[in-house]
Amino acid sequence: MASTAPASTATSAMGTQDIIAMSGVNKWYGDFHVLKDINLNVKSGERIVVCGPSGSGKSTLIRCINRLEEHQEGDINVDGIELTDNIKNIDAVRAEVGMVFQHFNLFPHLSVLDNCTLAPIWVKKKPKSEAEAIGMKYLERVRIGDQAQKYPGQLSGGQQQRVAIARALCMTPKIMLFDEPTSALDPEMVKEVLDTMVDLAKEGMTMLCVTHEMGFAKAVADRVIFMDQGEIVEQNEPNAFFDNPQNERTQNFLNQIL
Amino acid sequence: MADITNTGANFVPTEARPAPLAVRPGPLTWLKENLFNTWYNALITLIVIWALANWIPALFDWFVTSALWEAAPADACREVAGACWAFVYEKWRFILFGTYPFEQQWRPGAAVILFIGLVVVSCFKPMWNKSLLVIWPVGLVVCWILLSGGILGLDYVPNNLWGGLPITLMLAVIGCLLAFPVSIALALGRRSNMPIIKAFCVGYIELIRGVPLITVLFMASVMFPLFMPEGLTIDKLLRAQVAIIMFAAAYLAEVVRGGLQAIPKGQYEAADSMGLSYWQSMVFIILPQALKITIPPQVNTFIGMFKDTSLVLIVGIFDLMFTMRVAINDLEWRAYYIEGMVFVAILYFLFCYSMSKYSQWLEGELHRGHKRL
Repeated sequence: MASTAPASTATSAMGTQDIIAMSGVNKWYGDFHVLKDINLNVKSGERIVVCGPSGSGKSTLIRCINRLEEHQEGDINVDGIELTDNIKNIDAVRAEVGMVFQHFNLFPHLSVLDNCTLAPIWVKKKPKSEAEAIGMKYLERVRIGDQAQKYPGQLSGGQQQRVAIARALCMTPKIMLFDEPTSALDPEMVKEVLDTMVDLAKEGMTMLCVTHEMGFAKAVADRVIFMDQGEIVEQNEPNAFFDNPQNERTQNFLNQIL
Repeated sequence: MADITNTGANFVPTEARPAPLAVRPGPLTWLKENLFNTWYNALITLIVIWALANWIPALFDWFVTSALWEAAPADACREVAGACWAFVYEKWRFILFGTYPFEQQWRPGAAVILFIGLVVVSCFKPMWNKSLLVIWPVGLVVCWILLSGGILGLDYVPNNLWGGLPITLMLAVIGCLLAFPVSIALALGRRSNMPIIKAFCVGYIELIRGVPLITVLFMASVMFPLFMPEGLTIDKLLRAQVAIIMFAAAYLAEVVRGGLQAIPKGQYEAADSMGLSYWQSMVFIILPQALKITIPPQVNTFIGMFKDTSLVLIVGIFDLMFTMRVAINDLEWRAYYIEGMVFVAILYFLFCYSMSKYSQWLEGELHRGHKRL
């Protein structure tokens, strides 16, 4: 409901280079085949929405991109870095990929500003004053600068999620992953988070977003991917995807949620 | 995503009810509600009142009214029906400082005060910075010089003459202080993916927890020297101290591990996703939260260790409990062991209760401003 309002559709700032390339990716949890032969290429600046029923592997898919989950077969290449067991590669990828979680996962014992400056100070080795300037810049950008000295527990869910977005942006990532960023929010807070994400999309950030906010998908996505039972069943640009789904499973899913 | 904006247009809120009067119940109402609300509660209340009415005056009489309060020879105690505090007057210096040379006992006294001062000073938030790293070594060295002497014109007093309160305090506080980092290392090790480290930590924790402290002390003081090369000896007090550290660390490690497991997976993932290394995420994210939520069981362990130090007597170290027992071995005063026990119990209680109170304050202090979600 919230997200349909803003944004002209996809002012494409897409590059021609693939910033993420996944080919033949398979993953199992024990016997459960959670990702089946995934092939996905994402161009720099592209905005992708991943949707699908629960248990379809969509969260696992994006969590493989920053190695929160390990894939067992296939290749994942992020901005020219191959994701392997090599810890250096993993750290290099993580420094370029920001992630926003369903449950925010802010650090409750640190102030909002400290949440934002921790990684720039310790991972990017920035001096504290510079890190704080960066932190304030992004907190202002998600319109929460006046809460910088508070603790996460004192903020509303929507505010916490915006802090989480700012925290990820402080590492100046090239890619942002969103794992159901609005699912844990009260309905009246969904809009403020989606608005922040729309702003981000307008600036040309490469985004992969697992969400069921179809309004958001229509407004900003370059491509919508539908997953079911570990497979990419269908993908298309949003208008075609929503108006004219090809696969029966996609049709059933869209009938249920729209 | 359905359109819900117009539903409920006819909703009219009801008038708010007036706020309830803030009535504080009178004492009679309170009694009726809390102590006499059912027949069996009333019965229990009456029994308890009867029991207290019998015991409290008797105890008070023994402790205070009929007690002998001034210094007096042991014979005078036989005249009184109550406690003979003359015993404490007579023996307190021996109980507190053991066999330390009598005319030098200001030295352990000063060391104890300095030591307690160190602990108290470290408890307050404005002090939680690098200055502690200077204060503690300096303070401990001064304590050591005071006790041991041999320089600055102080007579040398070998540590087999030390005893009483300084020993108890030193073994307990230094034990807990050094056991703490060891326990964190053990807890992290036990959760490690590296098989050898993990096996070592599990083995250590289970082995040490599986045997009584007496066994560990005995191993350290009797068995350990047998394995040492000829001529090389390690001080007995130091060996007991190390045994206590090892023992406390095993218990604390499990407490810390409990805290680590209570931290939601999302915290680890958030730290990972920002590229923090293992040690960075432990030091900045996980441990501060884990240690905070485990304050109650940590203090439990500390209090337990404080009292367990009394076991060092089996390896011939004279702690507070032991000096008291030696004091009541004096034939003349033998009948007054209860007074001695009460005196030492009060000392133990003061230290343990302070720890408990401090931990409650600390929890509140660390919680201020942010609740866990």
